[in-house]
Amino acid sequence: MKRTRETVIEKFLLSSALITILTTVGIISVLAFEAVKFFREVSIIDFFTDTQWTPLFTKKHFGILPLLSGTFLTSAIAIAFALPIGLSIAIYLSEYAPKRFREFIKPALELLAAVPTVVYGFFALTVVTPFLQKIIPGMSGFNSLSAGLVMGIMIIPIISSLSEDALRAVPNSLREAAYGMGSTRFQTAIKVAVPAASSGIVVSVILAISRAIGETMIVAIAAGQQPRLTLNPLVPVETLTAYIVQVSLGDVPHNSLEYRTIFAAGITLFVFTFALNNISHWIKNKYREKYE
Amino acid sequence: MLNMETEEIIMENEVRLTKKTENLVTGNTGINTEYEIIARNLNVFYGEFQALKDVNMNILPYTVTAFIGPSGCGKSTFLRVFNRMNDYIDGFRIEGEVFVSGTEIYSNRIKLEELRRKVGMVFQKPNPFPKTIFENVAYGLRIQGVKDKHFILERVERSLKQVVLWDEVKDNLHKNALALSGGQQQRLCIARTLAVEPEVILMDEPTSALDPISTGKIEELIFELKNEYTIVIVTHNMQQAARISDHTAFFYLGELIEQGHTKDIYTNPKNKRTENYITGRFG
Repeated sequence: MKRTRETVIEKFLLSSALITILTTVGIISVLAFEAVKFFREVSIIDFFTDTQWTPLFTKKHFGILPLLSGTFLTSAIAIAFALPIGLSIAIYLSEYAPKRFREFIKPALELLAAVPTVVYGFFALTVVTPFLQKIIPGMSGFNSLSAGLVMGIMIIPIISSLSEDALRAVPNSLREAAYGMGSTRFQTAIKVAVPAASSGIVVSVILAISRAIGETMIVAIAAGQQPRLTLNPLVPVETLTAYIVQVSLGDVPHNSLEYRTIFAAGITLFVFTFALNNISHWIKNKYREKYE
Repeated sequence: MLNMETEEIIMENEVRLTKKTENLVTGNTGINTEYEIIARNLNVFYGEFQALKDVNMNILPYTVTAFIGPSGCGKSTFLRVFNRMNDYIDGFRIEGEVFVSGTEIYSNRIKLEELRRKVGMVFQKPNPFPKTIFENVAYGLRIQGVKDKHFILERVERSLKQVVLWDEVKDNLHKNALALSGGQQQRLCIARTLAVEPEVILMDEPTSALDPISTGKIEELIFELKNEYTIVIVTHNMQQAARISDHTAFFYLGELIEQGHTKDIYTNPKNKRTENYITGRFG
């Protein structure tokens, strides 16, 4: 009797795990299947070399580069903004802040990650952009700068929180050694603690990049919907994710070539984030057992 | 009772010591500069707990002084008084005076960084930085802002030779220090300390994490190093204290019970508790 119950429970738990895996497999297969259909009609060389993305126009171009550049630009701005701030916060919290203050401020920072991204999106559009326009005249209402900056704010907690965990995992014996050699607090932090935690810090940055690349709402709202191959942060661009939103919400007929473009964009996005997550996983494992 | 061999070593130490003290120079700072380290009426507290009770000690330059005593007796606390490593502990408070080569180190004018360059420290567990062997030894010079590559190179080589590690690592200077064995790591940590030319080296149970062969090497090294440095060592190993030290101080429950020439402490302890401890009756 008891054994049957145990078996039922075990099977139930197993099936929960299997459902999750099957869902993932399902998503990836659909993505791949539709993408293959797309690439039967559009050459993969054009896809990666054409500099225009106009699948919804009469004169169609299927060059993914403008969407990639939009994604790259907004993510780069976000990381450039979030990395120095996030790392400074992490160093402050782990090396300087009194314990009580850290215990209060860390959850408060992580709250930033709990803000719905749509809120960030209209914050970028209605607050940050008008403010930036006062400083930079001629800046467009939709632009990658303000979307990137706000996305940077969103990913600060990823970098600060994970980097702080990595810094705190550095054994205190190393800090003692550094102080014992006559290091100042700052030298101990920068020359000993940060290098010792570097793998964890790199992982935090990669995860933040991955998050930025996959982020949708902020860029869809604030960066515009004009695929454009540019590195100018002041003009409207479109990211991979924003394009997928645009087509999904639009009236493009199912099973058309135009419709399949979102799967091509989707699989491109997936390849990038998948690769980044794997790289971070690999780094984490490779450098894990450095200290006993 | 100690065996004959240990006794002989102690005798040799005594002879060396007398020679050393004859050559000392006395300054005119008002402090008795015959001593490298002076602690006067020292009381240390962690919050309410008193870790050291009215400790007085004078340490001669170019000697090895061993602190012995059961765990929690305050010997490590006392060692860490000399480079102010206790400052980071919550509730740490100190009363009394401590002089290192004539300077009161708990005065406000003292810069901690400078004190620690003068008073180096080797820890219980080898703690090399996760950097290359070379960078570990060069670390102290680099944080002092030394840029001269040739100078750093020379100093690294000299320090590694001093700890007899040079021949083992000279072809692997740019390998990660964490790849070395425990004993090699500890010698590297000593080299790292030597590279900034301190006057005093504090050693907090430097061999307790090492195998007997590595321990022997470190002990030989300490013997060599006292020609140039003043060494204070905390140890749980009675034989080790007898082998390597000129002076021994026995601590118990925060009090300095007995101090003196190692030979006297071991052969003719005045205090019953000292005798019980070194003969292994408690501790």
